[in-house]
Order: sequence, then structure tokens, then C-alpha cells
Amino acid sequence: MSSLVTDTRVVFSRELRPVLRSPFSIVFSMVQPLFFLALFAPLLPDDTSLQWFVPGIIVMSCLFGTSMTGSNLLYEIQTGSHERMLVTPLRRPALLIGRALKEIVPMLVQAVLIVLACLPFGFRLHPLGAVLGLLILAGFCVGLGALSYTLALASKNQEWLFWTVQQTLLFPLLLLAGVLLPIDDGPAWLRFLSKINPMTYVVNAERALFDGDVWSRAAGYGLIAALAVALLGLLTGVRAMRRSD
Amino acid sequence: MMIATRELTKRFKSVTAVDGITLDVADGELVALLGPNGAGKSTTLRMLTTLIPPTAGSAEVAGLDVVTRQRDVRRRIGYIGQGNGAGHSQRGRDELISQGRAYGLGVRQARTRAAELIDSLGLGEVADRTVSTLSGGQRRRLDIAMGLIHSPELLFLDEPSTGLDPQNRANLQEHIVALRREHGTTIVLTTHYLEEADSMAERVIVIDHGRIIADDSPQRLKAKHVGDRVILGFGSEAEAARVTEGTREGNRVVITTEDGPRLAPSLLDLRPLTVEVIRPTLDDVFLTLTGRSLRDQTPEA
Repeated sequence: MSSLVTDTRVVFSRELRPVLRSPFSIVFSMVQPLFFLALFAPLLPDDTSLQWFVPGIIVMSCLFGTSMTGSNLLYEIQTGSHERMLVTPLRRPALLIGRALKEIVPMLVQAVLIVLACLPFGFRLHPLGAVLGLLILAGFCVGLGALSYTLALASKNQEWLFWTVQQTLLFPLLLLAGVLLPIDDGPAWLRFLSKINPMTYVVNAERALFDGDVWSRAAGYGLIAALAVALLGLLTGVRAMRRSD
Repeated sequence: MMIATRELTKRFKSVTAVDGITLDVADGELVALLGPNGAGKSTTLRMLTTLIPPTAGSAEVAGLDVVTRQRDVRRRIGYIGQGNGAGHSQRGRDELISQGRAYGLGVRQARTRAAELIDSLGLGEVADRTVSTLSGGQRRRLDIAMGLIHSPELLFLDEPSTGLDPQNRANLQEHIVALRREHGTTIVLTTHYLEEADSMAERVIVIDHGRIIADDSPQRLKAKHVGDRVILGFGSEAEAARVTEGTREGNRVVITTEDGPRLAPSLLDLRPLTVEVIRPTLDDVFLTLTGRSLRDQTPEA
């Protein structure tokens, strides 16, 4: 008898296989964050260090890659392979959870590559903090991935809807999380919007953790925000997948 | 009974796509659902394969209710939809193995079964290529392989040959007929290709506006609803006018009968110059039943 765990594993490894077959696809999907790193970091004021900037770029890389992942499902809805999987005995939640969990793998690879690229320029690595930071980020990107799949299921037969929503949300989320510039000195309304953006807490947590500040309040808030996004994503995603035909 | 439906109905908002279909399919039958696009064939299939729930009525597949026993039904059936089952960024063999795992086969079993199907469907050269590089016919054979990975007792195919060229279509039909012959698989397919229904199925269920309007073997459907026509040609209208049977059209007399080839020799006493026996097609059956031709329907893209 199969269980939800084995079903999830089947879906997870199916999703992961094309990535393993062509690992360079992971690098291609991180071109944009690398540009921000290369072309934006030199413009930072002197008192803002790589130590501050790089964790944000890691979260950005996760956001860019993961928010688009629903388009793969959208494509499989159009071609018929999603329908084929719906007729197998695989449990509906596994069809979503397996896909969402796979998002962790490219995220980890990208994070490691970004850190490695920055080490020669004076970025200091605190291994324990970095590992904890990536765990929080894993939760965040499972949630984001699940939300992207939810959007794909809701946009069935309307591809434009998926891209419109994804592109509309992408930059506000990014800028309001203070990834490129600090929000602290901004006007009150901007700081308010930043406060209700869960990604803000994830970015702050990553900054604290990558700086070795393991027992900080920021790390705790980041963990809560990431878990909340994961929970929200999985709940809405599983609901949407159960309704999928 | 492999399939038993009672007043199966599906409504989408104001449209009734399937309107009270009652149908029994016995083990080992090869059944074609024939009808124009939008007749309700695919919607019927989607209810029988648990993709969508019925609005009213009931359906049992392999003795299991399609609403309350969804996962058990899914375990027993194979389904080949209108689209391509394999993910385009995947490799064919990988997809076959995943499909086997989805049906609960162990890794080793899934590999063995995938290799068997790759072999029997002639996919050896393309199984380890990315699916997006395969031709339409190759992808369709891969779809069939995926539908068969767990050796289902019942196989559904939705418009299996749409979009294929005549050669690939014939190849596909051979595979389906062989499957039935060698494994006794019950097969239900939808089609709007008359020739396909005629040549493959022993039982054709004609569907129009969500209802069954005829259900029999192709031969009996044709004999019962249309019949053969025997056309006798004469040298002049006067000679043709001597014939008391049938209807006269100029120099020709048209006689409608259930069995043309059997009647024709007895008509030679009338000394016609030419004798022609015209046997009906399923399109003639559809035309008689609905007043419309299936051939008028533009095939879907």
C-alpha cells in the first residue's frame, strides 16, 4: 500500500529528474540575481557591506526561481501530463507537496553558488548560521512554490493570468522586503507595507543568521514568517489540487 | 460488468453535456463512442475515469463506484487522454518508470515493465531522448505505454488518433486491437473518425447531444438504420421503367435492402447492363439518425 509519503516521493523525484539531467538549468535561472549582485553591489554606500547585501540576494534568487515554478505545471496542464497524473492513484496532496518540496533543491544550489562567488570579495561565512538560514529559506520557498502552483491551477487555460499576477507581485515583494535598499529611513506608509510583507522577516533573518547571529530575535521572526508562508501555500495548494480536473 | 452507468448526467452551468446515459460494458469488449465534437463523449469518459464527478446518476467501473471509490477505480484503469501524458522536459523512460511508481510498482519492477513496453511499442531508439524532441506518432506510442504500465484490465482512450497521419493511425489501431487479442483488455475509446469506429470496434455507441442514440455492432447499425442499396443500370428509361421494385432515377433503378450482395444475383433476371451494390457507412447511419453528417464537422485542431 502506498502512503502519502511514498506518493510524495514519486512526485518529488519526477520533478527533480529533469533538473538532475540538465543541472545547468539551475544556473540559467539565477542569471538575474547574479546581475543584481554584480551590477548593484558596487553602487552600495561604503557603510553597507556584502554581509548585508548577499543574504538578500539569496532570498531574491529563491523568489525569482520559485515564483515561476507554477508555469511548469501550467504547461503540463496544457499538454495533458497533469491530467494523466490525476488519473493515477497518486494522492492529490502528494501531487502538490512533491512539487513544492522539489523547490528546495535549486534554491540550495543557488545559495551555495552565490556564497561561493562572494567569498573572494570579503563575504564571511558563519557555517551554523548559514545552515539555519537555509533551513528557514527552505520553508519559505516550499510555501512560495506551493503558492505559485496554486496560481497555476487557478489560471488553467489562461496563461496570461499566471504571468500577470506573478510579475505584478514580484517587484513589490522584493523592494518592500528591503532587499536592495534599507526600508528603515523610508516614509511611514512604506515601512508599514514592509512590515506586512512576510518576506521582510525572512530577509532580516537571513542577514542575522549569515552574520552568525544565531540566537537573534530576527531569526525567530524569520522562522515564524517562513513557516506561515509554507503553511498558507500548502493549504491553499492542496485545496486547489483537490479541485483540479 | 466492467462498466455500468445509470442515468449518468453532467451539467456545466446551463449546458447539459451528458444527459442521462445508461450503459453496460462487459469484460473484454472493445467499444467505440462515436459522435461529433461536443456530443458528450469525452465528458462521459472523464466521469468514468474519476476526473470529474457526475451531476446526477451513477457509474460503476470494475464494480467500484466512481465517486466513493475513486482511488480504487484509478488503480484498476488505464487512461490515455487527448493530450500527451509525458512531460515535455522529461525523458520517455523516466516518465514510464515514474508512472509505474505512481501505480505502486517497486523501482526494479517499474524499470523492467518500462523496458518491456519500450520494446513492444518500438520506442527503443527514442525512449532516452527528451519527450519534446519526439514526433507526434512516437509521443502517442509513449502515451499508450504509460497507460499500460500497470497492465490495467480496462483501458480508456480519448480520441487516440486525432492529429496522427494515416500511417501512424493504422499503427496505433493495430496496437489497440493486439492488446485486446493478447490480454483480453476491455477497451473503451472515443472517436469522431468513422473508419476507426467501423474497423476496430465490435460495438459502436453513437452519442449526440449527450444521449445515446444507437448502440450495436457496426454491421447491424448499418443494416438496421440504412441498409444496402443495389443500383441497376439500363440502356433506356423505358427498360428501367419495367422494373416494379425500388425507385427509378432516369436509366437507373435503386433498390434498398438489408443484404445487397445476397439480393443482387436474383436481380440479374431483369437483364440490367450494370449492377452496383452500395454498402452504407457509419456516417449514413448518423445521417439517418440525426439528419446531419458527421463529416460536416471540422475536426478539432
